[in-house]
Amino acid sequence: MSAREEILQRVRGAVADVTTPVGQRPVAPARTMHDLSDAGALELFAERVADYRATVIRVATADVPATVADALARLGCRSVVVPSGLDPAWTAGLDAAVTVLPEVEATSHAQLDAVDAVVTAAKVGIAVTGTIILDHGPDQGRRELTLVPDTHVCVIGADQVVPDVPDAVARLRPEVGAAQPLTWISGPSATSDIELNRVEGVHGPRNLVVVIAE
Amino acid sequence: MTTQPSGPVGASPAAYAPLQETSPTFVGMPKFPKAARAELANAQQRKNLRHATHTIRTKRGNVVREIDDWEALRVAGADLKDEALTHLGDYLEQLESSLTANGAVVHWARDAQEANRIVLDIVQSKHVDEVVKVKSMVTQEIELNEALEAAGINAWETDLAELIVQLGHDRPSHILVPAIHRNRSEIREIFLREMGQVGRPAPADLTDDPPRLAEAARLHLREKFLRAKVGISGANFAIADTGTLVVVESEGNGRMCLTLPETLISVVGIEKVLPTWEDLGPMLQLLPRSSTGERMNPYTTMWSGVHEGDGPQEVHVVLLDNGRSHVLGDRLGRQALRCIRCSACLNVCPVYERTGGHAYGSVYPGPIGAVLNPQLRGTASDIDKSLPYASSLCGACFDACPVRINIPELLVELRGTVVKNAGNTPESAAMKAAAWVLSDPKRLAVAQRAATTAGRLTGGKPLRSIPGLGAWTNARDVPSPPKESFRQWWARERGKGDGR
Repeated sequence: MSAREEILQRVRGAVADVTTPVGQRPVAPARTMHDLSDAGALELFAERVADYRATVIRVATADVPATVADALARLGCRSVVVPSGLDPAWTAGLDAAVTVLPEVEATSHAQLDAVDAVVTAAKVGIAVTGTIILDHGPDQGRRELTLVPDTHVCVIGADQVVPDVPDAVARLRPEVGAAQPLTWISGPSATSDIELNRVEGVHGPRNLVVVIAE
Repeated sequence: MTTQPSGPVGASPAAYAPLQETSPTFVGMPKFPKAARAELANAQQRKNLRHATHTIRTKRGNVVREIDDWEALRVAGADLKDEALTHLGDYLEQLESSLTANGAVVHWARDAQEANRIVLDIVQSKHVDEVVKVKSMVTQEIELNEALEAAGINAWETDLAELIVQLGHDRPSHILVPAIHRNRSEIREIFLREMGQVGRPAPADLTDDPPRLAEAARLHLREKFLRAKVGISGANFAIADTGTLVVVESEGNGRMCLTLPETLISVVGIEKVLPTWEDLGPMLQLLPRSSTGERMNPYTTMWSGVHEGDGPQEVHVVLLDNGRSHVLGDRLGRQALRCIRCSACLNVCPVYERTGGHAYGSVYPGPIGAVLNPQLRGTASDIDKSLPYASSLCGACFDACPVRINIPELLVELRGTVVKNAGNTPESAAMKAAAWVLSDPKRLAVAQRAATTAGRLTGGKPLRSIPGLGAWTNARDVPSPPKESFRQWWARERGKGDGR
């Protein structure tokens, strides 16, 4: 008997006492924070992202280019990689001395490792947890773009922020149904493995800048 | 692989052999009380553990209190895991077909040996001599690193704590923070001594400052990430209806291993299945808050098979039984398979807090280890026989468990199994004799007369030891029997005759 057949036979035999049909479990009530107004959700989102020692900047949509340029300059970033579908206006404010590397030209890990920063959009933000979610569409780039460089500047629209985790899960159903990979990010990478001292920036980006465009 | 499993636990309808075999690493480990005594003597470790468990416990309490319907969430978590477990065959088949539709290759493994063989075959087909690994309990359970190393392949652990454990030739002591028994100065020494042997050396001026130590790990591992061709992981969840695997982490080493290599192999215990995508709603609220005491962990990676132009272009998933179907066969015991390895039960357990993880003799320490190991491996070995007793039954673990595993109930049940399987022992002989004596007043009177005779002989001094009951009497004094029983006194004072 193949391992597959044997395991399936064993698990079916093991639950021979179960009489409820598949999928007939009690359905848990959806937990959503209906009392959280849009403004309240955005306020909470900004607060919770900042709580992870990420930098949060709330600006008018028109001010995104200047804000991105300023954030990169303040962190001393001299080179930046951009996803192919990123709004070109967002990097239009960069200093002429900053090298902009289009995603399609960053073909090796070593190239990415030499770049200082990445600028992306996002798919969904979660207020309660301070999480941004990337679905790696054209304005967010393939997964390694937001992983290897040391600084990640992420621009998220106010209308992309939902109250809680189940809201985000519901909103992401189409992307997952299309087998898109997802990356959930809550603050810069961190470890607490040495005597429980939190240290930021172990392997992922050390700096996370979240620009909320309203 | 040596220890033979005993029969199934509880009222299983049949034996679902083979059980998980006890790994060579743990064979011959002393039973819990003996191992615990040695660990208790390590004052430094006790101090570290106390600090760690209390810190995480407080953090967890704070973020759990932020959620006003936490109890409803726990019920939802338990319900959806039960749905998955009680219809596991259906959901496994669904998972297999959605993974396959997404371009992944699905393998099935009955036990550790079979899983290791499958992984080794894939790795060898890539002609590489190293792999990078995401921290994973299941690959520790099957001792995959050892199997790969025996075949000449270096398996690099990339989680900072796992790296400390691996470079220190040590064993993990906690599910969440495996190197919690090590101090910063010890970590510095390990890095300075060992890193250069296996890759980029630690900087010569390395201090014991945690950011400097983390930086040394970053530099050491980055060269491995950037050149790795094969990555190996477990999974926190495997979603049946979408064919999505989920890995929850903090450092970004997980993302590195899951996205940079060309080939990704994930070993997934069959109990990790969730029926639907929407089930992640409750689980991703329960897990981070229970585990690290955060509202959300820094990074979660979700992938559904192969994604063209992004990440590994060859994706393998090994579905592992290794004793799980046996646990599933026990109506009471199957709830242990709900476990999402959050480690909340460890951090609230007074026994774990003092003895640490090594005394449990398994990759699954603490209260959940005390129920999982004897169920997965059977109760034949000394260590597995003793684990159900490694608890004060205070119930804190049940309260903390995000999926409501009734650990104290399972411990009591397993104690019953151990006693039943033990057959005749001095203790069971004493209990049987007591039952015989106590069931008949005449026998009791005879016994009391014998006891009072003994009492007169010992002169009322406490007894220091009784042959055959050394384990009891080496820590306790037994009071000397009275010189006269109540019945004898009654007969002398008020009755007639000799009190018979």
